[in-house]
Amino acid sequence: METGTTRVKRGMAEMQKGGVIMDVMNAEQAKIAEAAGAVAVMALERVPADIRAAGGVARMADPTVVEEVMKAVSIPVMAKARIGHFVEAKVLEALGVDYIDESEVLTPADEVYHIDKHQFTVPFVCGAKDLGEALRRIQEGASMIRTKGEPGTGNIVEAVRHMRLIMSQIRKVQNMSKDELYNEAKVLGVPYDLLRYVHENGKLPVVNFAAGGVATPADAALMMHLGADGVFVGSGIFKSDNPEKFARAIVEATTHYEDYALIAEVSKNLGTPMKGIEISQLTGYDRMQDRSV
Amino acid sequence: MTIKIGVLALQGAVAEHIRSLQQAGAEAVAVKRVEQLSELHGLVIPGGESTTIGKLMRKYGFIEAIRQFAADGKPIFGTCAGLIVLAQRIDGGEEAHLGLMDMTVVRNAFGRQRESFETDLEVAGLDRPLRAVFIRAPLIKEVGPDVEVLSVYKGEIVAARQNRLLACSFHPELTDDSALHAYFVAMAEEAAAEKSVK
Repeated sequence: METGTTRVKRGMAEMQKGGVIMDVMNAEQAKIAEAAGAVAVMALERVPADIRAAGGVARMADPTVVEEVMKAVSIPVMAKARIGHFVEAKVLEALGVDYIDESEVLTPADEVYHIDKHQFTVPFVCGAKDLGEALRRIQEGASMIRTKGEPGTGNIVEAVRHMRLIMSQIRKVQNMSKDELYNEAKVLGVPYDLLRYVHENGKLPVVNFAAGGVATPADAALMMHLGADGVFVGSGIFKSDNPEKFARAIVEATTHYEDYALIAEVSKNLGTPMKGIEISQLTGYDRMQDRSV
Repeated sequence: MTIKIGVLALQGAVAEHIRSLQQAGAEAVAVKRVEQLSELHGLVIPGGESTTIGKLMRKYGFIEAIRQFAADGKPIFGTCAGLIVLAQRIDGGEEAHLGLMDMTVVRNAFGRQRESFETDLEVAGLDRPLRAVFIRAPLIKEVGPDVEVLSVYKGEIVAARQNRLLACSFHPELTDDSALHAYFVAMAEEAAAEKSVK
């Protein structure tokens, strides 16, 4: 009997496919998410939009919040640790969370090194903007990848950019000859073996979700069309007028992303979605996606 | 005759089951609409989140449609969340979904994700141990008289069969060994042959 194997960790993410993972800040929100059909919740003290508004240093959530959410629901509970902050990650593992997000939404603790995720029994998800970044995180032990997008903006444009780029890079690698592959590994800064996996299989070796800006059911369906295995919704749900209805609508649009009549139906009378931020208004430190490579 | 098996594709590990079923010699399709059920010889309900899958099944009329599918004598195979969906009773008082198999299941019975594991497992009807991956897995606490226990891990029931219904706690679709899928395809072949004799 072995725990924490690659198969067990990656397999956990496989079970989330076709589903929606929702940010929640307390037991009440977690229950709403579970009742709406979320496949997991991300326990946070503040959603990304509020982290932006508050400024200052964003850290791992208070363990009482994480525990409260874990007690409230039977679906898996995820939590965020700062990039490179392996002690926060060990604390979350000790609490018993089911998945750790080494996340650029929080203020990075290390500007060079990510967490060595092989040292954990609990699986990790990490953000990526392109194929190189995705494979570097997988080499470090990530069992799941998500696009970075631009969290807390309610603007899908960056998630689209990242998903399109990753998918087009995968297609390009698939068609490369072996000598080109050796060079591409060098250009992308990734191990040859992982790149060869992408070349042979036409996909990442782990599940790839969309995150960072999903604000409507149509946004979620768009990301599924572009090749996402599932969707993270952060600020979108509990910043909307009717979180319960909104959450259900996103779940259905993700499952039936090719059924436009259904998406139309679930999108009716959802109230105002979060206001959102135009990406060009964000510069420097406010661009969370640039916080790691 | 080609055996055609559907994999319920509302949420969860669908592609892996399709690959394993093809490896076992069947034609396999993702099922998103109840109308698709009529063209199938068997149905797999995959792993995923049982709360999510159960909710979407209710929403799209799959509960009644799959009960009819079973009443027509067509085999169903539930893995992990699929096992929970098949059970008549869920420990803790949660409402049952399909309620087809006479058994009581316990959700997340082995603990949280850090307690998830893989192991070699003897399964009745298979000629060699199967590599079994348990992820936040349920277990079968008790079974009715018509249910045959196929596998036990540390005293707990982790695979069972009731006539044409097959269920296991673990994920046979996450390994390259398609022995249990082949077992299920044989069940579907037998059911299809019986039907054509009638």
